[in-house]
Formats: sequence, C-alpha cells, structure tokens
Amino acid sequence: MTGFLQPYVEYGSEWWPLLAEAMLNTALLTIAGFALSVVFGLALLLCQTSSSKALRGFATVYVTTLRGVPLLAILFLLYFGLPGVGITFDALTAAVLGLSLCFAAQVSELFRAGLKAIPKGQREAAMAVGFTPVQSFTFIILPQVVRVILSPMIVTFVSLLKDSSLASLITVNELVLTGRAMATEYFLPLQIYVAVGLCYFMIGWPFSILSRRLAAPAAR
Amino acid sequence: MDALLSVAGLRKSYGPVEVLKGIDFSVKAGEKIALIGPSGSGKSTCLRCMNFLETPTAGEIRLDGERIGMRDGRLMSDRQLAPQRAEMGMVFQLFNLWPHLSVAENVAIAVRKVRGLPAKEARDLALEMLAKVHMAHRANASPLELSGGQQQRVAIARALAQKPKLMLFDEPTSALDPELVREVLTVIEELADEGRTMLLVTHEIAFARDVADRVMFLDGGVIVEEGPASAVINTPREERTRSFLKQIRH
Repeated sequence: MTGFLQPYVEYGSEWWPLLAEAMLNTALLTIAGFALSVVFGLALLLCQTSSSKALRGFATVYVTTLRGVPLLAILFLLYFGLPGVGITFDALTAAVLGLSLCFAAQVSELFRAGLKAIPKGQREAAMAVGFTPVQSFTFIILPQVVRVILSPMIVTFVSLLKDSSLASLITVNELVLTGRAMATEYFLPLQIYVAVGLCYFMIGWPFSILSRRLAAPAAR
Repeated sequence: MDALLSVAGLRKSYGPVEVLKGIDFSVKAGEKIALIGPSGSGKSTCLRCMNFLETPTAGEIRLDGERIGMRDGRLMSDRQLAPQRAEMGMVFQLFNLWPHLSVAENVAIAVRKVRGLPAKEARDLALEMLAKVHMAHRANASPLELSGGQQQRVAIARALAQKPKLMLFDEPTSALDPELVREVLTVIEELADEGRTMLLVTHEIAFARDVADRVMFLDGGVIVEEGPASAVINTPREERTRSFLKQIRH
C-alpha cells in the first residue's frame, strides 16, 4: 500500500497543476456542452411541437438518428470529417458541438416528458385569466416543467461530464488526454488514472448529491 | 336593457359528434343563470365556448356588444383572444390553481402581468379578493397545503381579481368532498348578492334555485327548457326536465 501511495507523495506537487488545468478544461467542455444542449434541446422541442409538418419531421429524424449514432463517431465526423468539405473547427469547438448535438436529443425528450406531466388545466387557467400563450408558458408552464425535470437534468449533466472524456480522442486537452500524457511521461499509469478518476468524481459527485436531494421531495 | 352576453346559434362538434346543436340565450348585466342538465348534455362545453377555451364550430358570442373570438370573419389566435378572456373570470371544476405559486401570487400574477398593476397594488388587490372568499389568512400558503374547498375559494378570488364583466363557473363543487361543498356555495352566494353577472354550470339543484334568476336545462345539445329558476325547478313544463330532476333528487 505504501508502494502504491509513494508516487503521490513524490510527484503530487508536479501532477496537481497539470490535473487542475485539465479539470478546468473538462469543466469548461461540460458546461459549454450542456448549456448548448439546452439551447438545441429547446429548439428541437419547438420543432417537435410546431404546426409545421417539415419541422416536426426534422425533429423526429434528428432525435432518432442522434440516438443511434455513437458520440465518438460524431466527434470524428466533426473534427476529422468536415474539413474534407472545407469546414474546420478547433478541437474544443468540435467537442462542444458534438456533445451538445448528441445531448440535445436527450434534453428535448426530458422537456417533452416534463411538459406532459403538467395537467391541461394549468394552461387553461392561464388562458382564462388573460395570459397570452407566451405568458402562460413563461409564468405558469415552464417553472413547473423545470421543477419536474431538474433532477433528471442534473443526471444528464453528469453523464455529459463523463462522456466529455471522448473529446480526448480528438485532441482536446481534458482530463483523460492529460492523464495519458502524464502516464507516458511518468510510467505510473495506475496512480495517474486513479487520480484522473478522482478528478471526475470531484466534479460529478456534488451534482449527483444535488440531484438526489432534488428528487427526494418528489418521491415522498 | 341590452344583454351583457348574447349567444346565438352556438354549435360545437367533435369530429362527427355534435355536442351543441344551436344554443341561443342572453344574459343581462347582474343576472345569474344556472345551466343544468345530465352529464354529456353539453353544458360544460357551452360554458367553455364563452371564453373560447373550446372553439365553437358555429355561432356568435358577444360580450358587451363585442364579438368574442372572431375578427373580420376570421378566428382569433390565442394571443388575440387574451384580452377578451381577461374580461371573463372562470372557475374550474378542478380549481386549477398553480402549485408553484403562493396563494396570494395565484391571485396577483395576472393582475400584474395582464392588467399591468404595480406589484404592491396587485398584492393589495389580491389580499382584498382573498378576504372576500375568507382566505386572506392563507395568503402565503402553497395551494398544495389547502383543502379542496379552500383551493376553490382561492380560484374564485383569482377570477374576481380580473374585475371581470362576467363570471363563469364550471361545476365548481363537483370535485369537492360533500362536507366542503357548503363553504364554496356560500362564497358564490355572497358574490351573487353583490349583483355580479354569473353563468353557472352546476349539479346543485337547490343551490341553482336559490341563487339563479333563471335556469336553463340542457339535454342532447339543445336548451330543452328555460325560465325563472323556481319555475323550472319546482314546476318543470317538459317531460325531460321532470325526469332529470327526479333522478337527481333520488
């Protein structure tokens, strides 16, 4: 056991700054990816509930396709594939875009389920007092939807955090790629990947707790 | 005196099923009208057509002379309808309070957002309306903490806060436990005494007789009989009315 821990004592001060920077990149990737998935997800939801057949069709095809294609394939397509037709992204942009395109499908499904959970009478009462459709959505429906989906939304956030590790394969300098570089340099893959795992845990754990806390009242 | 609300040739179909088959009536300012009839007779649909929560298939509805739901021969959008709906307060069978807002906020929010009153005045008005329905002491509670009867009284306060020209009640006591019906009926009676114009769908026949000026008996999508409340309920002319009232009493 002392043998296992020894390198942490020896190299800790060198590793920590590297890992901290990588954590920052992972956090940036995750937060940007998640924020954009919410935007895309809401756009998808608008398509799904639109009166235009074309938009509804687009949303269905989008959700079905994106669910069926692995995130890694999408990342490769964005980063290595698109330059073939003259569209070039830097690695971080490609990763954020790939993550959010993928997770948008999940987020929109969450919103849809949340909307379904709100009884029809809620909107009727809003209409009856003279709210416009936009007002009734903003003041009455959305706040209730958010309450319903907050907990599963955080679960989605944490799973996006973990999936952001795939960005290492398109050269984004996040936790896994940094870990790999360190493992090669120090020849201590066991200790380094354990440290990387702990870093993910440190970011994700508080959110998991939060999600469970938020879910608890609903379960009661 | 001109009618405050006038309804002419109102029809409503769901696909091939015609629920309302041509309804005509009018309500003068200050008048209270009860709509009674067996379930499925179309009385709730009729009421919900007044503020276009259901879009009529045909017919004309006017409130204070203004055509509801149609402009220049075209159906109005929900956005265009909003100001017209605000003129009518509606009370639903299932209360439909907004659970994410406090009791006071349920009443105040539309006062601010629709009528544009400042927050302080809206809150004062909300408290005043809550006092009217004897619920001011629960202003800061969540609707989820209230009994059905209390929720319905708050819903009435919410509708009153619109300062509506007309109050619509859609079976306001049907979802309540029997012991909670009275408190809601009492509040509605008090409003009736204030001279408000009310259109009320109800199963409470005795209440309809005591509170309403006129009763309309709906069956099969038409008005079978209408007249002064006591006459229709105590001495109905039509056989269908008689058999309905008999069923309800036993």
